[in-house]
Amino acid sequence: MADVALNKVVKRFDEVEAVRGISLDIPDKEFVVLVGPSGCGKSTTLRMIAGLEEVTAGDIIIGGDVVNDVPPKDRDIAMVFQNYALYPHMTVFENMSFGLKLRRIAKAEIRARVEHAAKILDITDLLARRPKQLSGGQRQRVAMGRAIVRNPKVFLFDEPLSNLDAKLRVQMRTEIKRVHQKVKTTTVYVTHDQVEAMTLADRVVVMNDGRIEQVGPPHDLYHMPKTRFVAGFIGSPAMNFIPGRIEQNGVGLKIRLSQDLTFPIPESRTARYRPAAAKELTFGLRPEHITEPRGEGRDARCEFTVTLDVVEPMGMETMVFFTIDGTEVCARVEPSAATGPGQPMRLYANLNHMHLIDPATDMVL
Amino acid sequence: MTAAIAKHPRLAVRASLKRNRRWALVTSYVFLILFAIFFLTPPYYMIVTSLKTDAEVAHLATNPWIIANGITFEQYRLLFQGTDFLIYFKNTIIVTLCVVAITMVVSVLAAFSLSRMRFWGSGVLATGIFLTYLIPDTLLFIPLFQIVRGLGLLNSYWSMVLVYPTLTVPFCTWIMIGYFQSIPKELDEAALIDGAGHMQMLLKIFIPVALPGIIAATIFAFTVSWAAFVYPIAFLFSADQQVLTVGTVTSLIKADVYKWGMLMAGALVAAAPPLIVYAFLMDYYIAGLTAGATKG
Repeated sequence: MADVALNKVVKRFDEVEAVRGISLDIPDKEFVVLVGPSGCGKSTTLRMIAGLEEVTAGDIIIGGDVVNDVPPKDRDIAMVFQNYALYPHMTVFENMSFGLKLRRIAKAEIRARVEHAAKILDITDLLARRPKQLSGGQRQRVAMGRAIVRNPKVFLFDEPLSNLDAKLRVQMRTEIKRVHQKVKTTTVYVTHDQVEAMTLADRVVVMNDGRIEQVGPPHDLYHMPKTRFVAGFIGSPAMNFIPGRIEQNGVGLKIRLSQDLTFPIPESRTARYRPAAAKELTFGLRPEHITEPRGEGRDARCEFTVTLDVVEPMGMETMVFFTIDGTEVCARVEPSAATGPGQPMRLYANLNHMHLIDPATDMVL
Repeated sequence: MTAAIAKHPRLAVRASLKRNRRWALVTSYVFLILFAIFFLTPPYYMIVTSLKTDAEVAHLATNPWIIANGITFEQYRLLFQGTDFLIYFKNTIIVTLCVVAITMVVSVLAAFSLSRMRFWGSGVLATGIFLTYLIPDTLLFIPLFQIVRGLGLLNSYWSMVLVYPTLTVPFCTWIMIGYFQSIPKELDEAALIDGAGHMQMLLKIFIPVALPGIIAATIFAFTVSWAAFVYPIAFLFSADQQVLTVGTVTSLIKADVYKWGMLMAGALVAAAPPLIVYAFLMDYYIAGLTAGATKG
């Protein structure tokens, strides 16, 4: 049990700066997910917390102590790797107890701890097997078990689910969440999968190009992204970005997306967007906020007709794709409402969820 | 049949696949049999000759491929009782065991550090080690002679324990670098986090996981030191210090008199230990060599 803090941490590999001075405070018991595209520095950050990479500059603090020069074994952390990294020549029991044995813990205590962890993870029947005889999901559980028995200050997860098939991934995601609710250890979890990040995290840290773009609870990141990158990265399918311009609309404002397509901006937002009037901006709206006309009290001026290019039925909903002035746009509609490709369709844009991005700074206004 | 094939073109494809496979099998068998005959002829000749009397071996009119006058173990009795063969055998075992032990300790440690502990110049060192293996022993024995003489080890089989590792260590290190590199890095990182030091990591994780590679290297070191010829002929002179390869030849060929029967018996007995080692560890040997080859 400990809090973790990063203070202006930099990692340089020869000429390449992988992590560019990030700072982050993780309170005790929190589940934090570092998410970002590959090469954004999230794994490097995790490995620096683990002590597997040296810190070029800045401090890593675990439980109040700067641990920059402390070897991994003395940091009291446990890590779960993407490829599980189970010792192939040892049984599950030996795998889980290896760390405890090295720390010279009494045999009875080791047995008790391993059995307790095995119970939590439902792998009691597998203790005598070797990793080769286990399925991917079982190996993942053993890897987690190896971390749990150590009873460490911090759990580190490095993309632990990316080697599993889609169905198992969802199952193990729930499992990890369940384990964290039981064990309540500070956890840092790295993934490139934003769905994993959203579902698991107390707070999500979105990283890009060695920097932190935004930190916040999943809900905040989804509804109030601060940068274009976060707006585009969180959510699937990704947010639509359409070039547009704010224009005067009587006393209010409107956004012009093409020669003949404008939407009135909700009154609640006019004050915020007025300074941006007449500038070239990027209009952002998630596919789930472009639907067939539905909902009470919707603004009829936000309805428009498009010709569909592609229709993708997903079962519970259907994705339809069309273009606005050359930009491809995706909308998420009721399966029964979708027409076919090449057909016209009436859609409704819910501008209460719109975002405006300044293309010069990529910041959300 | 043809009508059926004309009707169902897929049947024709299947028939031709079957024919293709049969041809491949026939060709493989023909060549495998040819190779087997080619490689088994010398051992067969050795066995036959070692079971004949000197008189029959020397008799020009007899067929050298068959035993005409009955089997005799006289050659083996003479070899064990009338020559120093058993001394050579004992010396060779001592030398080989020592060389294998030294080689494995040195090259496991070297391969571990070169493949896992990143340090300045480790890449160059790894290549350098392999380059030393490329220098033939027929060139090396001259400078080594000076060294061995300087150490006062001329005409002592302990000098073999000193010089054979110059042949075995580089190659074994190279094989094991390849094998160690094929072990996922996360495995040692997991061990590091679990609290293992470098030595514990090596002993508890690396050696057990890399066992096939280590066994392959052991067999190689064994074979090299068992069969080396140039160094013993250069450094050892007296019979009590001699090893099998050179001892058998020097004691059984006197000027132009070749004791063929005993030579063949000696060669067969000398070949037995490597044969036994190979037979038991063959699977490991192949697994080890191929892993090193593809992933190194």
